[in-house]
Amino acid sequence: MEIVKPLLQFLAAALLAPLLPGVINRVKAFFAGRKGRPLLQLYYDLAKLLRKTPVYSRTTTWVFRAGPLLGAAALVTALALLPFAGRPSFLSFDGDFIFLLYLLGLARFATVLAALDTGSAFEGMGASREMQFAVFAEPAFFMGLASLARVTGQTSLAGMFGALTGGTWSTAAPVLALLTASFFLVLLAENSRVPADDPDTHLELTMIHEVMVLDHSGPDLAYILYGAALKLWLFAALIGSTVLPRHSGSWAGDSALFLLMMFGLAAAVGVVESVIARLRLTKVPYMLITAFAFSALALIFQMGR
Amino acid sequence: MKIEHQAAFSLGASDLEPGLFFETAASRLAAGGRAVSYFAVPEAGAWRLVMAVAFDREGRLEAYSTRAEGPFRALTPAFPQLHLFEREIYEQSGLKPEGHPWLKPVRFNTAGAVPGVADYFAVHGSQVHEVAVGPVHAGVIEPGHFRFQCHGEKVFHLEIMLGYQHRGLEKRFIGGPGARCLRYAETLAGDTSAGHAWAYCGAVEALAGVNVPPRAQALRGLLLELERLANHTGDLGALAGDVAYLPTSSFCGRLRGDLLNMTALVCGNRFGRNMFKPGGVSFDLDPALIKELKLRLEAAYRDVQNAVSLLWETASVRDRFEGTGVVPKEAAEGLGLVGPAARASGVGLDTRRNFPSEPYQGFTLGVSGSGDVYSRAYVRWLEIQKSAELVTGWLDALPEGPSETECGALKPESAAVSLVEGWRGQICHVALTDASGVFRHYKITDPSFHNWQGLALALRNGEISDFPLCNKSFNLSYCGRDL
Repeated sequence: MEIVKPLLQFLAAALLAPLLPGVINRVKAFFAGRKGRPLLQLYYDLAKLLRKTPVYSRTTTWVFRAGPLLGAAALVTALALLPFAGRPSFLSFDGDFIFLLYLLGLARFATVLAALDTGSAFEGMGASREMQFAVFAEPAFFMGLASLARVTGQTSLAGMFGALTGGTWSTAAPVLALLTASFFLVLLAENSRVPADDPDTHLELTMIHEVMVLDHSGPDLAYILYGAALKLWLFAALIGSTVLPRHSGSWAGDSALFLLMMFGLAAAVGVVESVIARLRLTKVPYMLITAFAFSALALIFQMGR
Repeated sequence: MKIEHQAAFSLGASDLEPGLFFETAASRLAAGGRAVSYFAVPEAGAWRLVMAVAFDREGRLEAYSTRAEGPFRALTPAFPQLHLFEREIYEQSGLKPEGHPWLKPVRFNTAGAVPGVADYFAVHGSQVHEVAVGPVHAGVIEPGHFRFQCHGEKVFHLEIMLGYQHRGLEKRFIGGPGARCLRYAETLAGDTSAGHAWAYCGAVEALAGVNVPPRAQALRGLLLELERLANHTGDLGALAGDVAYLPTSSFCGRLRGDLLNMTALVCGNRFGRNMFKPGGVSFDLDPALIKELKLRLEAAYRDVQNAVSLLWETASVRDRFEGTGVVPKEAAEGLGLVGPAARASGVGLDTRRNFPSEPYQGFTLGVSGSGDVYSRAYVRWLEIQKSAELVTGWLDALPEGPSETECGALKPESAAVSLVEGWRGQICHVALTDASGVFRHYKITDPSFHNWQGLALALRNGEISDFPLCNKSFNLSYCGRDL
């Protein structure tokens, strides 16, 4: 039984992840006074792209072709580590949160290499920006997970979120609040959302993530879009599980609450995108340094507790 | 020679000895003059160089000309505002401006020239890289090629190469005026239909010696200001869109449409085509239409006010706009920038005030001084307020009388300079007639012709990621410059 439920959770996450961008877009459309694209648009796009024949530039090599596949594979593996509503995850071992960080790093590495492989000035620029901001985002995220490990005394993701309960909030509220804030900032930056990046722009010179994938087409682009949706799901799930830890209720009840939380977070991202403008590119590191400061502060609070 | 705005003068009377011509031009430009037009006209196997200089503060216009057969003295080294004019003269006539620092092609319309293929400025160094954008862009916009010399995210130099939209419009006017000339004027820069149509009509009326009835002038003003309202509103929305600020971006798009629809109510075309004609306007307003326009303007203005005020109130937007793409006042004056771009750098230049003609008597203007994207956005908002006030004023008290008058034959062997403040800035049309009273030459200067170099300068030492925002804050016309 303990293998079926985690598997179901994993499959549900893999299936539902493309819904989050749809929710964000509908919220943005609501604020803009528009109807917005269909909630399931990303599913339609993926289905369409998967049926297409990819086009490859003659200047690219296998590195370019391997990038999207490797990126998506790394993120699918990362998803297997992710606990769902504080329940055991499909794949779990001590210290797997470090494995998660490396998987995310691998996905980024693959995307950046593929971008550099095109030799395009735009993609090189995007790759440079992506790596520059990763330098700030990764420590913030790592420090956050480390303090969470400290709070719960566990080093596997499933262990951490399994040990986290409503009671933890009453004893370590400042730590968890700081972590939530830090993870949310990292989520915005890592998923190329406003204010770090603008997912809707067509202006190559201002893009970070989008500009790196301009040359991908067909199924490759589908892998990238799917990978991006998984990444968003991943960060949202970490925040969701922190804010609303496991209730001792039923599996179904916990799952429903967790899903509600996920869509709530997507809506929150949509609201953020609707009410503030994008940061100047040079100021994005400040935002990530703030996230790092939150994480560091959380760790310090926890050590002193 | 002093001339009058929108009045015919004899080109022969403006003739000077070549040496004296360049001396005079240099001294007039040094005295604060601004070249509104400078071009070469074929004349009896040789060429005639014609320069029109405006003294904006005094509202004074002067014209000088000289015969030229070979190379002539370039004034660009001392007066950068002439750089594009002299390159254009070289490209069109083959007369070489001696001493011009860089005679790059302007429109690639000489035999064998391929658009975009030219020598580009290059910065060398192991860490310097070049980013080329266009002429095919990701959005539905006009073609233009932009080359950045960058060090990381920092831009050392931006080179803008245009000419892809060249259609040979100026030559089409030769032999006019005719029905087609008016259509060419309306469509030479599609978003400035009213501005260019008025400038064309002004030139023709000056040469025909026609006085346009006040009612027609007020109706023309109405269309020009509606065009300004629509474009400025659209621009502010686009600026918000570039910084990913959703509310203003989405509302201004719709509001621009509402304002364009008001123009359509008057003349049946959202861009104001078919409204202007030499001697007056083609469509008059009846009381019911005036009432409807007033209601619509009131509603649209209220919504624009709501949408735009969000820009100034939102800290994240202000932070993005302020200090981005600064063009200092000295640079704006040196390059001869016009329109909102100049006013945003603190240059008090507006044809409506400097060369007041019906219906703009007593016009005052808004200047917002720091030369950054914020100023260029804010100047637009000041102008939206002013335009709404003007339109309301005309709708409340439209002069009585006819809306058109007969426009007869043109005066032979004459010339006229017609200036109009289009929404992008000063539009200048210069028409020259031959002995039989038809156009022997027609020279159009769109505000974009002056302002493109301002954009290049705004990027200097800026961030390459700020380019789209700076570009939008100028929002220049490619086809208006390429003609």
